[in-house]
Amino acid sequence: MSPVGPHHYLIVSGLLFSLGLLGVIMRRNLLVIYMCLELMLNAANLALVALSHFNGKLDGQIMVFFIITVAAAEVAVGLALIVALYRKRQTAHVEDLTSLKF
Amino acid sequence: MEDHFIENLGWVALLLPLLSAVAITLGGPFGARRAAAKISIGAVALSFVASLILFLYLHLTGQPALAETSFPWLIIGKYGELNNLQFNLGLQLDTLSLVMMLVVTGVGLLIHIYSQGYLAGDPGYSRYFACLSLFTFSMLGIVLADNFLMMFIFWELVGISSYLLIGFWYHKPAAADACKKAFITNRIGDFGFLLGILLVWSVLGSVGFASLKLEAAHPNHFGPVATIAGLLIFCGAMGKSAQFPLHVWLPDAMEGPTPVSALIHAATMVAAGVYMLCRVYFLLSFPGSQALEIIGWIGGFTALLAALIAVQQNDIKRILAYSTLSQLGYMVMAVGSHGPTAAMYHLTTHAFFKALLFLGAGAVIHAMHHEQDIWQMGGLRKKLPVTFWTFLTGTLALCGVPFFSGFYSKDSILAQALKNGSYGLFIIGVLVAALTTFYMARLALVVFWGSARSSAAEHPHEAPGVMLWPLRILAVPSVIGGLLFIEATFEHFFAGGHGEAGTITWAEQLLEPLNASPAAALSGIFAIMVGGAFAGALYWKAASDPLPLRLGWFARAMRNRFYFDELYERVLIPATHELWSRIAQAIDRWIIGGLAVRGASGATEFAGRALRLVQSGSLQTYAFLLVAGVAAVIYCLLAR
Amino acid sequence: MQDYLFYIFSALTLLCGALIILSRNPINSAMFLVLSIASMAGLFVLLHAFFLAAVQVLVYAGAVMVLFLFVIMLLDLKVEQRRRINAFGAVTGLLAVGVIVWVMVTTMLGTSLPAVTEVLRHEGGTEPLGTLLFHQYVLPFEILSVLLLVAMVGAILLSKKDLK
Repeated sequence: MSPVGPHHYLIVSGLLFSLGLLGVIMRRNLLVIYMCLELMLNAANLALVALSHFNGKLDGQIMVFFIITVAAAEVAVGLALIVALYRKRQTAHVEDLTSLKF
Repeated sequence: MEDHFIENLGWVALLLPLLSAVAITLGGPFGARRAAAKISIGAVALSFVASLILFLYLHLTGQPALAETSFPWLIIGKYGELNNLQFNLGLQLDTLSLVMMLVVTGVGLLIHIYSQGYLAGDPGYSRYFACLSLFTFSMLGIVLADNFLMMFIFWELVGISSYLLIGFWYHKPAAADACKKAFITNRIGDFGFLLGILLVWSVLGSVGFASLKLEAAHPNHFGPVATIAGLLIFCGAMGKSAQFPLHVWLPDAMEGPTPVSALIHAATMVAAGVYMLCRVYFLLSFPGSQALEIIGWIGGFTALLAALIAVQQNDIKRILAYSTLSQLGYMVMAVGSHGPTAAMYHLTTHAFFKALLFLGAGAVIHAMHHEQDIWQMGGLRKKLPVTFWTFLTGTLALCGVPFFSGFYSKDSILAQALKNGSYGLFIIGVLVAALTTFYMARLALVVFWGSARSSAAEHPHEAPGVMLWPLRILAVPSVIGGLLFIEATFEHFFAGGHGEAGTITWAEQLLEPLNASPAAALSGIFAIMVGGAFAGALYWKAASDPLPLRLGWFARAMRNRFYFDELYERVLIPATHELWSRIAQAIDRWIIGGLAVRGASGATEFAGRALRLVQSGSLQTYAFLLVAGVAAVIYCLLAR
Repeated sequence: MQDYLFYIFSALTLLCGALIILSRNPINSAMFLVLSIASMAGLFVLLHAFFLAAVQVLVYAGAVMVLFLFVIMLLDLKVEQRRRINAFGAVTGLLAVGVIVWVMVTTMLGTSLPAVTEVLRHEGGTEPLGTLLFHQYVLPFEILSVLLLVAMVGAILLSKKDLK
């Protein structure tokens, strides 16, 4: 078994990203889609940290720090939107949410 | 230096009336409105002087024609290349055009002066003179054009200016209808004319008269289409000179002011058709062409038809209008019997005496406070002496009483028909001469003799001097027109400048018809006597028209113009209208409505419906499309 | 030893990631997300990013997931959990994602990356990260604080009862 290198981390990151993407396409629950989005963000984080480590620079980790912050803000706003939407439509399924205006 | 002066004089004569029209139209704020008549008269007078100088120059130098001055106007293709298409504007200055120019400007000048009195106080005074100047310009353009294209342009200009003048009193519905009718009828003829020009151009490769004359010398080129081309060109003359079956516009055109009737519908515009036929006579008389024969019979038929209609008209101007028609038919008949000389001769003399008659009729109408029914007149002989004597001169000339100008020109036509062997046309000619005398005598007897038939006829007032002097002046050539060697001049021209001209004396000229063709002259005189006798017997001091009682339905038919207008209005126009409306409707419905409008909307709607399927609002579809797009981008960026 | 840990953690991460998608109950999904993020924090530790690993656990597994669970409970999504995954979405999604995976993997394998041999001295600890953050990246850091403020205001506004 070869020693674990950047390729290994990047492939894990890519697979994780693809899983997130698949979830976004396949699932209909808004909340699950949201979770999948978080998963994709984390896949990116992993790639950044791995490259930061193997390049010997800390900038990648700073970027991850920022991404976590942005994700937190995004989750706060996104969930608030979902809640507001649910109040109006009593549903969190994308199939029921096909019109722009309601 | 002198040559240039002479060459440019033609352009000056042509463009002066245009300048006057522009000045009157645009110079309104600068006082041109009030001076309209003077500007217009001045322009025509100068044109007349220029024509006179040109004519005398030509006559004294003995040249057949002045050097043509032309410049390229429209060039399609590269300049100077062999296959390019070039149209020139140029002036044809020869005997034919110059005599015609003298007639147009000379008679035109007198009519301009007359109009000054006739239209005094009319609100459209300056507009009238602007139109009149425009008309003179267009007419001179036709006369001077040295190629078909230029002639056609001015042909149409004459059409539009006559439209403006006939519809001068456009607030009168009858005038508005008449000008439309005149214009549209002329358009029908012009369409044929244009086709004829195109045919000639496509076969002979030129539209210039001079080069056409050379080209036509080769019979092989033109022979097969000579007849059809000649008839198509004749279509133009049919419209302008109001030949059957396009004759219906001319009587209606009498709705215009009387001087307009005199200028346009007696002396010039209607003569344009005959002039054009004479100008392109070398095409019509092409060996093997049947065109002239047909032209001659159409002319003869028109002459007879119009003369018969004139017998039962009661409107003074309409009688003269039908008389004009009849005389134009005469001229066309002359062309048809290989006699352009006779046609031009009659055209010239007719211009004088018919203008005189129309102006005289105008004076009568003026005196009668715009009453035109001859049965409301009567006994005007004593009250309007100048009008009476001049009108009588014109009448005698028109009837062809010996030693008046009409006698010579009419005899020339009859002699020509006889010489050509067209006995049918000759008989028609004699018959028409008799009818002409009959209806003109009827007109004169009813209007000037007898007793007043209405209160207006009891107290007429003679026209002012400005209207009477043109009458007096026109009376002179109406009388002595036969002694001016006009025929010889034309004969000289049509013979190609080879014949001997002007060698006979005045005395010989005076009796020339009797010497040259005694049969024609005697039968003409006989016809006059018969016509005059019948008219005198019927209308001497008649209180009402006795003819309807004697002739019954025939008189009714004559009075109703043989129902041609009704025929056109009930049958031809509705049928054409229906046909075109159907075609237009089909185009509108299927091509414009169906293909263009509904096609555009349908295509848009279809595209919209197709694209709408993509915009389902489903998040998953969007996500899929996004991923597919991203995959494509990544593939393009990385994997290639 | 570290290699084994990498394989264990990455397998755990991917497995939990797959289970997020496959589990029907959103609560289960959320729990698997927590697990996935926690195992990713393990990967972070392997990469010497100690501070980030801590932040990952604290912020994601703690705060964010609590928020998720809170919303799930609030919305009471029991009815919807029975809905099945649709076939069309699965096929097209797998197809598209498969293409992306294929492109990414082939690209990654075809790229030469920094060698593994160099042993890093940098420790992703608090101090070097803090130094970098408050020196070089101080402006983005400040801007980020504004972003958080805006997000907070937005969330409060959206959560108000009557949206206008």
